[in-house]
Amino acid sequence: MIDNMVAFNIPFVSIFMLMIAAIITPLLPRKKRIPEKLSCLVIFIVAILSAYLLYALTSSGQDISFNFPMGHFPAPWGNELRAGPLEAVLSLVFCVAMLLSLTGNFSSTAEDIPASRRQIFSVLVNLLTASLLALTYTNDLFTAYVFIEINTIAACAIVAVKEGPATTRAALRYLIMSLVGSGLVMIAICLLYDLTGHLLMQNMHGAIQVLMITREYAMPLTVSLGLVTTGLAIKSALYPFAAWLPDAHGTSTNASSAILSGLVLKGHVFTIIKIFYRVFGLEVIHALRMDTVIFILGVAAMIMGSVHALKQNNIKRMIAWSSVAQIGYIFLGVGLNTVAGIAAACLHIIVHACVKPMLFTAAGGLSNAAGHKKELHALMGTFYVNRWAGMGLIAGACSMMGIPAFAGFASKLSLTLASFDNKFIVWALAALATSSVLNALYYVPAVIVILTHNKNNPPKPAPVTKLYKFSMFVFLMINFYLGLFCVPLLRLITRGVNVL
Amino acid sequence: MNDELKSIWLKFFNWVMGNGPRPENEVLPPEPPPDLPFTQKPHDKFSRFHEATLKERYNQWLEIHGLHIFSILYSALSILTCLVIVVLLLATVAELPPFGHERNPANNEVIRRYVEHGWHETGAQNIVAGLILDYRAFDTFGESSVLFTAAVSVLMILGNSRSSKKYKFKQLHVYRNDDTILRGVAVMAIPVILMMGCVVVINGHLSAGGGFAGGAILSTALILCANAYGFESVRRFFNERIFIVSSSTALMIYALSKGYSFFTGANQLHSIIPKGVVGNILSAGLILPLNICVGLIVAGTLYGFYALFSEGDI
Amino acid sequence: MLENLLLNHYEAAAVILSGIGLTNLLLQRNLIKKIIGLNIMDTAVYLFLAAKGYVAGRAAPILIEKAGGGWLTSSSIYVNPVPAGLVLTGIVVSVSVTAFSLALTLRLYEHYGTLNIDEALLKMTQEQEELEAKIEDAEEEVLA
Repeated sequence: MIDNMVAFNIPFVSIFMLMIAAIITPLLPRKKRIPEKLSCLVIFIVAILSAYLLYALTSSGQDISFNFPMGHFPAPWGNELRAGPLEAVLSLVFCVAMLLSLTGNFSSTAEDIPASRRQIFSVLVNLLTASLLALTYTNDLFTAYVFIEINTIAACAIVAVKEGPATTRAALRYLIMSLVGSGLVMIAICLLYDLTGHLLMQNMHGAIQVLMITREYAMPLTVSLGLVTTGLAIKSALYPFAAWLPDAHGTSTNASSAILSGLVLKGHVFTIIKIFYRVFGLEVIHALRMDTVIFILGVAAMIMGSVHALKQNNIKRMIAWSSVAQIGYIFLGVGLNTVAGIAAACLHIIVHACVKPMLFTAAGGLSNAAGHKKELHALMGTFYVNRWAGMGLIAGACSMMGIPAFAGFASKLSLTLASFDNKFIVWALAALATSSVLNALYYVPAVIVILTHNKNNPPKPAPVTKLYKFSMFVFLMINFYLGLFCVPLLRLITRGVNVL
Repeated sequence: MNDELKSIWLKFFNWVMGNGPRPENEVLPPEPPPDLPFTQKPHDKFSRFHEATLKERYNQWLEIHGLHIFSILYSALSILTCLVIVVLLLATVAELPPFGHERNPANNEVIRRYVEHGWHETGAQNIVAGLILDYRAFDTFGESSVLFTAAVSVLMILGNSRSSKKYKFKQLHVYRNDDTILRGVAVMAIPVILMMGCVVVINGHLSAGGGFAGGAILSTALILCANAYGFESVRRFFNERIFIVSSSTALMIYALSKGYSFFTGANQLHSIIPKGVVGNILSAGLILPLNICVGLIVAGTLYGFYALFSEGDI
Repeated sequence: MLENLLLNHYEAAAVILSGIGLTNLLLQRNLIKKIIGLNIMDTAVYLFLAAKGYVAGRAAPILIEKAGGGWLTSSSIYVNPVPAGLVLTGIVVSVSVTAFSLALTLRLYEHYGTLNIDEALLKMTQEQEELEAKIEDAEEEVLA
């Protein structure tokens, strides 16, 4: 429990503030981009609240977590939210990344989307943030399902917010794959409810422990675990189910790409982690062999995502495929099935949530400098036109390759360390090495291209807004902070996983 | 022997890699007309002069038969997937707790509390209404938000396509001014439907029904009105602006009142909302106003979907 | 196993239907058929939940008035109310998702004149190639 009453109410207040902002946005005037500014403001406030929650939970030196009953009825009867250090730090990161994705692409959003759609875009962004926070904080599997659905519709809608047949088609593909996923999750939740009689995570956990001891319902338990994992894996674009991702992330407007790649996938990954850790428990996951499956799929995603990225000529599609590889890293950590592995996976969630929006924002700035062309050869020499975007791309590329002092290094290092006490260590290390080399194979040419002077057809100087420069500066600072000072963060996450 | 082997190997090599020698019995393709420029020479598919490589032939074959093979493979895959999923789930179902048995895991202390204490804890005679709007109200709030999300998304995708010339929206809905039967029935049916919808919404905490069911009934009255008297007549009292304002306001009231209830509940403060006497219309605390809000949202949204899909505008 | 299946025949029918719906959603090429598959799957899940809520010989979970006033509140009288709540949520989610996907389908059909998602891809790549060819021609003209 927690004594600090302000911090106690923060999970509830942040979700409700975002929801109320989403509900009120359609009534606001459209001029002067008021709706978008309101979303940015609310997300900023929620970020500050989350930071305060994190401070309140960790300042005493003990590992605190608390449950927040939604209503007058305690645990098994009503809905519940739950907050610990891990949830607080994730919601802080989600809010900061969302805010920077919005501010960094503030001008490109205005170019891509007409004003009437921008209003609905900010409604959807608020709903998306609220659903991400709800997925982070929820302690109830059915609440998770409802917010997964909000997340799905809002995510597909922010792909389709940019008009045109390509985005419509991409959004449809994304929606259909997501619906397959949520259908599987729904069936799995029904099965689990039938087996345990609960929807609340810790009560389900208790019932499943009893079932494992009595060896009752082994088959339904395995099937429901398989279904829920598959469903969420489809939504988080684990490799064999990732075919929808490059279309959706590659065609949409830059802000949407940044939000989708950086945040939406992570919400589902964290839900998987919660289900593994809080509903089933690591021993049960190991007994049902799900850790091996996840590990193998993670390794496959790390390799195949990079191989696909190598084939791309469009920079946004290349970055999108690289997301598939990075999701593989996270699942590799989850598949290790230890506290250290899950902590490393959470660190990679944070790193990727900060780096991928930066890459998409940088790619947007560079393609803007190249006259809205997204082919790699068209970007030649754009570094010298938009240096902030160029630096963002270079820093992001270094981070993805795992060069020391950049953010990606920290998470790769912790994944390596986490795999040391695991029987799969050889495979994990081989996959990490191969994937890093493959990352370098497609990020280095992109960096070289933008750094090469284009003498024949130099890109025309385009104005770079102060907001863009500021957002990129913050992105770069976060990147270096994560790369250089990751140890306290990792310790914090480990504490959070321990009380998860 | 060695030479024969070599020639066979050569043939095979040419078959795979292409560019073999010209066979004697080769049927040459017709010469291209000389006036065509060199670059536009048609691709000779059936020429054996330059034996095509295996890859080229494979691609040709794929071009002709690929779609067919693909569709066959696809349907085979579909049936296989379907069978695997169904068999797996059937095997699961066979092990599930027996149907309708009272000792199943789901009939536990949670259900007992809902049934035995729900009436005085929530004030609702309908246990399901008390469950979804009081015990598990956060889920239901999320559910209304799903509907709101879908409504704004559909409005964004389809909205304003009647007035804008960008979309070649086909006006399939032909409004007839002289449909006496439809209008006569509508005059009689619409008040009844409206009253029925209101009853279902308002009695949500006493009997089966509630905001979602009642809202759906209310929306059918609007749809009938639009069909009988044209969308223009509905637009006089229910247009896009009113749709947005009513949905947002209703959901806002829902969020604020439920937020108050969540806040007082979690902080163990006294809530000022009276529970009332079970069985009365004015009872069950927040459930009645919440049902009315949900009914408004659902009615507006369902009619909005209908209008957007058939007319491209609300 | 067969005896259990016969005992759980509602659930068995529900999972067969949901398997059919899932396969349609995943593997049909026509978007409308895909969306119908989604609806079959969702409806099957409601059947499953309704079957799970049923307890033999009990009444619907709406309190029954006693003869002399007051309410019958013994938990052995009513069926499980939780699945009813879950089904309600499921229905609303399904309506929302269906409307949204139909809206996207309508836009796609307007542009390509097809409901097949692969044909739409084919037409999209053709259009792109034509566009690129046009751009190249224009560049060549400028160079010339």
